[in-house]
Amino acid sequence: MERILEQAPRFFSGQNLTLLLEAAGLTLAMTLAGCLIGFGFAFVLVYLRQTPGLWGLPLRWICILYVEVFRRIPFIVVIYLVLFFIQTVTPDASLFTIAVIAICLYAVAYTADIIRGGIESVPVTQIEAAQAMNLSRLQTNLRIVLPQAWPVIVPPSIAFAVSFIKDTALVSQVGVFELTFRGKELNNQGYSGILVFGTIALCYFLLSFPLSMLGQHLEKRLGTPRGERRSRKIRHT
Amino acid sequence: MAHLAVSDVRAKYGTLEVLKGVTFSIGKGEIATLVGPSGSGKSTVLRALMGLTPVTGGTVEIAGERMNYSSAREVRAARDRMAIVFQQYNLFQNMTVMQNLTLAPLKIKKWDKQQVNSEARRLLGLVGLSDKADAYSDQLSGGQQQRVALARALALKPQILLLDEVTSALDPELVNEVLDAIRKLADEGMTMVIVSHEMAFVREIADKVVFMDAGQIVEAGTPKEILDTPKTERARDFFSKILRH
Ligand SMILES: Nc1ncnc2c1ncn2[C@@H]1O[C@H](COP(=O)(O)OP(=O)(O)OP(=O)(O)O)[C@@H](O)[C@H]1O
Ligand SMILES: [Mg+2]
Repeated sequence: MERILEQAPRFFSGQNLTLLLEAAGLTLAMTLAGCLIGFGFAFVLVYLRQTPGLWGLPLRWICILYVEVFRRIPFIVVIYLVLFFIQTVTPDASLFTIAVIAICLYAVAYTADIIRGGIESVPVTQIEAAQAMNLSRLQTNLRIVLPQAWPVIVPPSIAFAVSFIKDTALVSQVGVFELTFRGKELNNQGYSGILVFGTIALCYFLLSFPLSMLGQHLEKRLGTPRGERRSRKIRHT
Repeated sequence: MAHLAVSDVRAKYGTLEVLKGVTFSIGKGEIATLVGPSGSGKSTVLRALMGLTPVTGGTVEIAGERMNYSSAREVRAARDRMAIVFQQYNLFQNMTVMQNLTLAPLKIKKWDKQQVNSEARRLLGLVGLSDKADAYSDQLSGGQQQRVALARALALKPQILLLDEVTSALDPELVNEVLDAIRKLADEGMTMVIVSHEMAFVREIADKVVFMDAGQIVEAGTPKEILDTPKTERARDFFSKILRH
């Protein structure tokens, strides 16, 4: 305890704080970039998985296989796979890029299932009404299904991203200068482990808490019927 | 010449043949009603016409044009000429009344925006809902939703309108407002195929009554012929049961 108190002023120096702030930024950037890009690709995957007809069969199988495989591999293994694969293809790819790709690959598999669940929650009668008007499959998805699936998709997707903020700690294993990596570094410089990792823990909390709150807010908002949502907006203005 | 001629149409759900060769026809501006016991295939006839249940045989002619539903293009052609209103309205939940009415005319038919909008307003007036243009369906009663669904189908300017038990999900006091809207369409000369259990309404509005059982047409004729003096045992049985209460 005495050691912590004695080290604290030196630990919370400008230099260390900048280091931690940068690392926190990197952690957040990696997670958001990876999850957002992955989320986008997940939509494509789900769409391809719905391809009708016989010639869509191989496509459907590939999509199912992708999700099933990546959901069964530990994230750390995905990281190493991406690291070694990318390094053989383009040796000078940055570690940040590699981390984002790994997160992205992983996020696609997880959010694809969330998206599929959301889409399946929309009554098939809505789709039939659209088909009867000659809306194409893409139009039906974009204009009818997705807007209605949104409330089911958004909350668990944000929850996934929030939980992934902490899982990105694993990319410190390949030397990305994110929070956990910097923590280990500072610890090695002789700072008390409790002091260092206590601060790191607080950083993770501060990163993910606002995102959780946003998720809860959206969940509540998307959960209210459209009519009420609109009239409430009118009352505010 | 028949405006709609359905001949020997067959349809399957999986391996179960639900329509076993259905044949009937109506002239322009006429109204046919499909009646028959539950599960006899009435809804499936309308769904098959819209290409929502795969047609496995037979042909359909609309205003002299032949469609046989064998390709996606042909199904689109059929859907382009007809519109359907479902028992459960099926309004798009994420859109306002006005958006429901204008979506397909703008995005699919690619008609002029101003004309589409003014036509949509005229139709809302026709069904008595001019003040609900900006409402979402969860702000409307069942009868109001069903009238919007009618207006939405009309906005497509279909050559033939298909109505599948459009009043049976409604509370009794809301039935008449929807029937009134259909009466107006009949007066305007809309060609319609109507599935209904409201026998008084069928008698009043139909030019032709088609009695179905087990995926086949058992009898067809004028309302008087079919409702009052059915020739077959099955039809007599059915009408004696439902006309008694
Ligand atoms: N999605 C489906 N999958 C399999 N079978 C179905 C499906 N929909 C309907 N059927 C079957 O097709 C037959 C005809 O059904 P349909 O809905 O056309 O009858 P209906 O005359 O409209 O009856 P109702 O008066 O109850 O609406 C029934 O035997 C029904 O069980
Ligand atoms: Mg039915």
